[in-house]
Amino acid sequence: MLESLAQVLGMPDFLLRAVLGGMGIALLAGPLGCFVVWRRMAYFGETLTHSAFLGVGLGLLLHVEPMIGVAAMGAVIAVILARRHPAEGLAEDTLLGLLAHSSLALGLVLLAFMEDVRVDLFAYLFGDILALSASELMWIGLADVLGLLLLVSMWQGLLAMTVHESLAAVEGRRVMALRLGFMLVLAVFVALAMKLVGILLTVSMLIIPAAAARRLARTPLQMAVGAVLVGVLATGLGLAVSMLWDTPAGPSMVVAAAALFVVMMLFPRRG
Amino acid sequence: MLNAVSLSLRAGQIVTLVGPNGAGKTTLVQVLLGLIAADEGQVERREGLVIGYVPQRFAVPPSLPMDVDGFLRLAGKSSLAERRAVLRRLDVPDLQGAALHTLSGGELQRVLLARALLRTPQLLVLDEPAQGLDVHGQQELYRLIAELRDESGCGVLMVSHDLHLVMAATDQVVCLEQHVCCVGTPEAISQHPEYLRLFGTDLRGFALYQHHHDHVHDLHGNVVSTSSSCASTGGCNHA
Repeated sequence: MLESLAQVLGMPDFLLRAVLGGMGIALLAGPLGCFVVWRRMAYFGETLTHSAFLGVGLGLLLHVEPMIGVAAMGAVIAVILARRHPAEGLAEDTLLGLLAHSSLALGLVLLAFMEDVRVDLFAYLFGDILALSASELMWIGLADVLGLLLLVSMWQGLLAMTVHESLAAVEGRRVMALRLGFMLVLAVFVALAMKLVGILLTVSMLIIPAAAARRLARTPLQMAVGAVLVGVLATGLGLAVSMLWDTPAGPSMVVAAAALFVVMMLFPRRG
Repeated sequence: MLNAVSLSLRAGQIVTLVGPNGAGKTTLVQVLLGLIAADEGQVERREGLVIGYVPQRFAVPPSLPMDVDGFLRLAGKSSLAERRAVLRRLDVPDLQGAALHTLSGGELQRVLLARALLRTPQLLVLDEPAQGLDVHGQQELYRLIAELRDESGCGVLMVSHDLHLVMAATDQVVCLEQHVCCVGTPEAISQHPEYLRLFGTDLRGFALYQHHHDHVHDLHGNVVSTSSSCASTGGCNHA
């Protein structure tokens, strides 16, 4: 089906998969990234991406798809951090840094031990959206549907706890479940986005479109929809630039998103 | 950090918790709200008790675009008409479309109160509701809280660190310093030796100053006509 669509559009298969994959990621990154921006969770996102190597290593060790290993690793980190005061007396960024770097180091050590597998570290660091397979595209589609359904059902609750957590709790919101649910969607997102733009650039796909959309948004929903649009546009622009001038695809998408952010800064802020 | 605390609150009663910084006022409120669990002892509530809460510290992240109406919608199911009515009741009808982070301190307190009232609470819990307001603003707010209690018959638990401004709007004062040191009417408390020991100075001079207000201020301190707001509550002989 994809092949015939690619023929109709007159573009190679791999490019169509890249376009669809990038847009699929942007669809989830929009609302997710808004919450990351509002809740100041950029460093949490970085921690999830840093732990990815450990996830890849464990995945290879247990003979499961590395992507699943990454998502599971993210889920473990989410559960550790969702519990309050896991290490009393430490600031949150200290704790995140501790988790991020120790898991990264442990992952690299683990991968070095596995002599029989050759892991292309470069591909994990920078991703390869042009090498996206049909089954990976399917995973992205599935994650989109489930992730968006979950985010829609948690939307009011997440907003309430973003504004004031105790107030939300007194009003009957299940704060702990919401926090955990959000972190799990984020963990799944990281596992998928890593394939496309790599560990180093995954968080940028969350925060740049959301930050760009802030300028013109007057409501949370407008900002989320705006972030999706910026992300989709950045994917298209980045891939076009990559095809025209043979630039690396993932970084080109991030550069396009950053350029859109700069353009948005020219508008006066609303709301 | 808290021990020997005993406190009860009935419908229609306003209880004010006073005490110096670090006395455990906010901790006690969090225990009563069920936000943190007490190591010992118990909190009894009427079954299905609906609580309206005005938290002490409140700041919206500037990255979050949200207007007052969107904020009020977070309280749970409510109609536009209900939200409009509660803002009108709190004398801030024009704020519905205002961005949250543009509100002044006094406006924000009323919007927070509006969100609490939307839940038609049986118990209203206000943690330092008058912080950041000038004296007139504080008096206005306490008057409003007393009126709301009269209208709805809900119980009110307030936290304050200065007694003299809350006095007139309070039925009972609980003085806290890690434990309950005295309980009573505001007049009795202000002369209680424990209270005087905690707050250092004898506040009798102005603590008992009964401010008979013959006019009403709006949010900006301007005097507004009293006829409408006083007629409905049967006179404003508040302090």
